[in-house]
Amino acid sequence: MYNFEFNRPTDLSAAVDALRGDGAQALGGGQTLIPVLKQRLAAPTTLVDLTGIESLKGIRRMGDMLVIGGGTTHGAVAASGDVAAAIPGLVELASKIGDPQVRNRGTIGGSLANNDPAACYPAAALALGATIETNQRKIEADDFFQGLYATSLEEGEVITAVHFPIPTASTYQKFEQPASRFSLTSIFLAKMSDGSVRVGVTGAGADGVFRHEGLEQALGSNFSASAVDGVSVAAEGMSNDLHGTPEYRANLVKVMTKRAVEALS
Amino acid sequence: MATISMTVNGKQVSGEAQGNTLLVEFLREELKMTGTHVGCDTSQCGACVVHVNGESVKSCTTFVSALDGAEVTTIEGMANDDGTLGVIQQAFQDEHGLQCGFCTPGMVMTIADMLNNNPQPTEAEIREGLKGNICRCTGYHNIVKAAQSAAATLSGAKQAAE
Repeated sequence: MYNFEFNRPTDLSAAVDALRGDGAQALGGGQTLIPVLKQRLAAPTTLVDLTGIESLKGIRRMGDMLVIGGGTTHGAVAASGDVAAAIPGLVELASKIGDPQVRNRGTIGGSLANNDPAACYPAAALALGATIETNQRKIEADDFFQGLYATSLEEGEVITAVHFPIPTASTYQKFEQPASRFSLTSIFLAKMSDGSVRVGVTGAGADGVFRHEGLEQALGSNFSASAVDGVSVAAEGMSNDLHGTPEYRANLVKVMTKRAVEALS
Repeated sequence: MATISMTVNGKQVSGEAQGNTLLVEFLREELKMTGTHVGCDTSQCGACVVHVNGESVKSCTTFVSALDGAEVTTIEGMANDDGTLGVIQQAFQDEHGLQCGFCTPGMVMTIADMLNNNPQPTEAEIREGLKGNICRCTGYHNIVKAAQSAAATLSGAKQAAE
């Protein structure tokens, strides 16, 4: 690993200032970035560690929204009674990321900002219609994810919090790649208070996380596993690697959606 | 180089680190505490697990500069004060939970954190909790038995104290 300057601010404005420097890179829990640095796939001159900023951590209920600070760890989300009461699907999701040690360091902001095509959180953000708040603005989840490892975040923009509308029911059904524990194909299913159903799919798409409109419409009018049978999920646009063909992943989208429906029935 | 101060196994320590110094490098090379092992150095195997502020982390995937002022517990802190094996370590010996022993420091630290959060885990919870620790010798059965045995001893001791 190349060396870099390590900057550990304790407040957000100092972090944002530090991120303006040439070659500066934000560091969350580091569970992705540190392995990337070890492989010399990135060579920042300065790392700006966000884990010392207390205002980025925490979980709070605000009316019909659940707000999770960008620096909140997966372990904190998994163990939160507030999350379990409001959005149980998020507890399922957070408790299945990686392993206990990864969950104790990795953060929701880091996961969303990295937008790994097999990461778990992007599926929940899309399916719940979350709003991603940064130090500059608020971004709707539908506008946030821009393809593999790409988001609408600008240079130096930091995710401060994620606002999740509280659904009437939610579940995360993960089909995991057993060695990496990333999603091979996983579904976040949410029934919203207006009666609509939203389906976020991660691990499957060649362009990363996506919503499946056909499944959403079918389940919105008939919330049953048999409604899933009538939906066509195309292999086109699914990713293809040694773990699964596009056809295999397209089939998994339906299988995991059915499991999600059954979990909520 | 920067000076990093932290509490390791209850003792105040400090040492020099550069930006990219990992916690495990700091422990092994600066503090000369070689009980924490580097197995894979790719966040997979868990031989390097230690506790930071009471939570298990992979010390090969944590920068020490992020931990100035932290409380760290390593395998060296798991023995009893008189030097005899702590409860989890003793359970590994009694249940033959190790063969080559390379993964054992990380296994013990993971199980200690698991039992802090869940004093009486089921077998499935133990196996789930050990997801981040790889052992290439034992096939895990005796590690799971050691965790069960340690859980029974610790909760028995707790009941006796109450």
